[in-house]
Amino acid sequence: MTPQETVERALAASGSDDCVAIADEKSTANLRWAGNTLTTNGVSSSRQLTVIAVARRADGVRVGVVSRAGVRDDQIDDVVRAAEDAAAGAPPAEDAAEIPGADNHRPFVGNWDSPSGATDISVLRDFATALGEIMRGAQTSGRKLYGFAEHQLTSTFLGTSAGLRARHDQPAGRVELNAKSADLARSAWTGAATRDFADVDIAALDAGLAERLDWAKRTVSLEPGRYETLLPPTAVADLLIYLYWSAGAKETAEGRTVFSKPGGGTRIGERLSPLPVTLASDPAAPGLGCAPFVIAHASGDDLSVFDNGLPLSRTEWIRAGELSALPSSRYSARLAGLPAMTPEIDNLTFSAAESAGTLESMIASTRRGLLVTCLWYIREVDPQTLLLTGLTRDGVYLVENGEVTGAVNNFRFNESPVGMLGRLGEVGATGPTLPREWGDYFTRAAMPPIRVDGFNMSSVSQAS
Amino acid sequence: MDDPVSRIDSEFTSLPLRELADAALTQAKALGAQHADFRLERIRQQQLKLSDTSLQRLFDADDSGLALRVIVDGTWGFASTVDLTPEAAAKAARQAVEVANVAAAVNTEPIELAPEPGYGDVTWVSSYEIDPLEVPAADKIALLTEWSRQLLAHNAVSHVDASLDQVRECKFYSDGSTTAIQQRVRIHPWLTAVAVTDDGLFDTMRTLAPPAGRGYEYLTGAGWDFAAELAELPELLVAKLSAPSVKAGRYDLVIDPTNLWLTIHESIGHATELDRALGYEAAYAGTSFATLDKLNQLQYGSPVMHVTGDRTAEHGLATMGYDDEGVAGQSWDLITDGVLTGYQLDRRMALLNGFGRSNGCAFADSPSHMPLQRMANVSLHAAAGGPSTAGLIAGVQDGIYIAGDKSWSIDMQRYNFQFTGQRFFKITNGRLDGQLRDVAYQATTTDFWNSVEALGGPQTYLLGGAFNCGKGQPGQIAPVSHGCPAVLLRGIRILNTAEEGAA
Repeated sequence: MTPQETVERALAASGSDDCVAIADEKSTANLRWAGNTLTTNGVSSSRQLTVIAVARRADGVRVGVVSRAGVRDDQIDDVVRAAEDAAAGAPPAEDAAEIPGADNHRPFVGNWDSPSGATDISVLRDFATALGEIMRGAQTSGRKLYGFAEHQLTSTFLGTSAGLRARHDQPAGRVELNAKSADLARSAWTGAATRDFADVDIAALDAGLAERLDWAKRTVSLEPGRYETLLPPTAVADLLIYLYWSAGAKETAEGRTVFSKPGGGTRIGERLSPLPVTLASDPAAPGLGCAPFVIAHASGDDLSVFDNGLPLSRTEWIRAGELSALPSSRYSARLAGLPAMTPEIDNLTFSAAESAGTLESMIASTRRGLLVTCLWYIREVDPQTLLLTGLTRDGVYLVENGEVTGAVNNFRFNESPVGMLGRLGEVGATGPTLPREWGDYFTRAAMPPIRVDGFNMSSVSQAS
Repeated sequence: MDDPVSRIDSEFTSLPLRELADAALTQAKALGAQHADFRLERIRQQQLKLSDTSLQRLFDADDSGLALRVIVDGTWGFASTVDLTPEAAAKAARQAVEVANVAAAVNTEPIELAPEPGYGDVTWVSSYEIDPLEVPAADKIALLTEWSRQLLAHNAVSHVDASLDQVRECKFYSDGSTTAIQQRVRIHPWLTAVAVTDDGLFDTMRTLAPPAGRGYEYLTGAGWDFAAELAELPELLVAKLSAPSVKAGRYDLVIDPTNLWLTIHESIGHATELDRALGYEAAYAGTSFATLDKLNQLQYGSPVMHVTGDRTAEHGLATMGYDDEGVAGQSWDLITDGVLTGYQLDRRMALLNGFGRSNGCAFADSPSHMPLQRMANVSLHAAAGGPSTAGLIAGVQDGIYIAGDKSWSIDMQRYNFQFTGQRFFKITNGRLDGQLRDVAYQATTTDFWNSVEALGGPQTYLLGGAFNCGKGQPGQIAPVSHGCPAVLLRGIRILNTAEEGAA
């Protein structure tokens, strides 16, 4: 049975007041290497059916959600019954709402009927050959290469008993490359997101790392302290993704986030940065395309299974330096007193109007500062200020009088991305980047390099 | 109690497990694989989440699939599928061989595995009384609702989050000489009370009950006293809100097992993973300062420390009869008298590095992933006849007692770490002297563990842990436990997090 037929069969089998069926087809292929040789690899294919059964009773709306992998045709009815049983035994759902119907049909129905595709190891065949060549080169020149390449294709088919049919195909890929000197004392990293691997130039990525390893031939020990710091796009992405994840409307309205207003309400409308920066998500962002409708396999603080299929459009979370929206479901938007729901969207861009600077031009205009390669092990220390801690990784460089003059020891930082927005010294031109830390969950980002005044490097890490 | 074998999910055991294994293994051998192993798993999970007594999430997941791992001409190949038919199993074998052929372009080290005895047909079931997935969701929701109500009844508590995660994992493994059917159950309940003041200050206090390899009985009295913990939570939160901010500096610390388990996890558990020490995780999870040349040399910590890895602790989250390479569960030394004496291994690394036999640490978190070396239960032993927690506190003039985990972060070679906690109590002249706020401890791993002066006795020992230790690419999670006593350390750096965040 096709995923489309599975959705229709589940909806037809439903005896509840409302029903949502989501069929996901996912295929993946990956290669992983370390020390100039393969470590793991694999291909997998999976198929999942999620049924959301809604029972509308006088004393409240109840919902049950059951998700099952590898469902055979003769098991679809079992999944529907299990969801209905779960709904029957549940107390009322806090986020109950109308299920989206045929009104939301038109924007998505276009390719509903076409077959879903799949990826397999062949997408990595040319890449593996090129990688094998640069590994042999690295071996000859005394470098060790580590990394990972992965391609995924997920097709999601969503139907509701109110007549909505929506489908989304999401290709996603990434390559990460880490080069180390033979004694492992010097390390450099780069990564790229890709939709199909056709645009991945592994030799160029490798050449960039070789330059950075050369920068690190001179080392400088620096004490902890607050430094003028240049953060590249990947590091900016990792800090701002955490901010995005910490800005939910529900907890903000409850007074529990950095965006809560003392005494009640939210800080929407407050200035966060002196520069006219914009943090936004857009399902149609060029090269970063993602689902243009809500896909919710389970409810959470700002995600509701009742919103499945509602359309998504460009949302500016920060506009011209001011907080302008918070991720929300219909339910949490109402709780927070927001005019309309603005659900989380699966990409993030950050930019400042008319910024043209590159990392290179920002280095050239730096009298003394640090240049970071990427950040790692980022965790929240204090939600009141959104203080985050983490490490610099795979190269911190000292910039003096417009030039990189050597590599510096790694640091543990303690910084808030909200506080950082208030201390932005410069924002460069925005371009696509792979978030180093959150790339497992979040690969679609476009970020600029930034200059931050007084970035808090709290202690030295001996890691190299 | 019933015969353990009869407790294994009957829907799982009624699948054509051996027929599918045979189809895949036969196909792999026919295509030239020198080694092939087959797994078939069914993982049932339920997540419950309440927000201020309202049901936010009731989610049931049921994931099944099969996987085949092969070695072809010295190169790994792996493939998996959710279709449980002989045709799909044979196709997975063909795909695994194709993956090995593509991957051969980047492979320079032929894969060989350390020998392990064949165990024939074996069965293993974890130690629990009531399968939580067989308890009606309504009963579980009612219990969480009642607990949430109790907390909300206190006028200082503004909000309560309550969660209950439950997992039943069934695994079939066959490599031709060992065929294992296993089932384990785990459960993690937690509640967080939130206070928000009129002037915008907010803080939380979470239950300290660890996740456990137990059944529903854990919520009704076996292994934890929830009634007692919930009763004290609101007043602890009130005291935390009005507590003074800590003065940054060096302090003597008494750390409770509810906090120290995570420090052990990050700074000993991960650092003694041999795949990290060898660099296999260098581009992602990171490496380890505890490299092979330091084995039997490095004074990792104080001579009072004895740390073991095990797959055998009752109710341990990493406890298992056999790993995903057919290696039987064991217990072994990692740190002896404070010296690094062992690593966590899989069969490839054990042979490659002269350890002889694997200690059984190869696991995948689902049939769609290839096994990696994953963490055993890594535990610090208590001092026989050692003091109580109060006895340790009595030896501190000016210090801090820390309980419950919260924020954690450690560098990619496991040197520099920073942890916070749920509860910080000032110690003055050997007695607790009220709570403190804004506390984090920051140290380098070997400095920290060499600062241990004394270990509590067995009466202070607790098995902590987590459901979701992350590692590998593609990312995998693993459940793991860490036991330890309360511990006294001297002169550890304490940060004031409010000062750290001030611009």
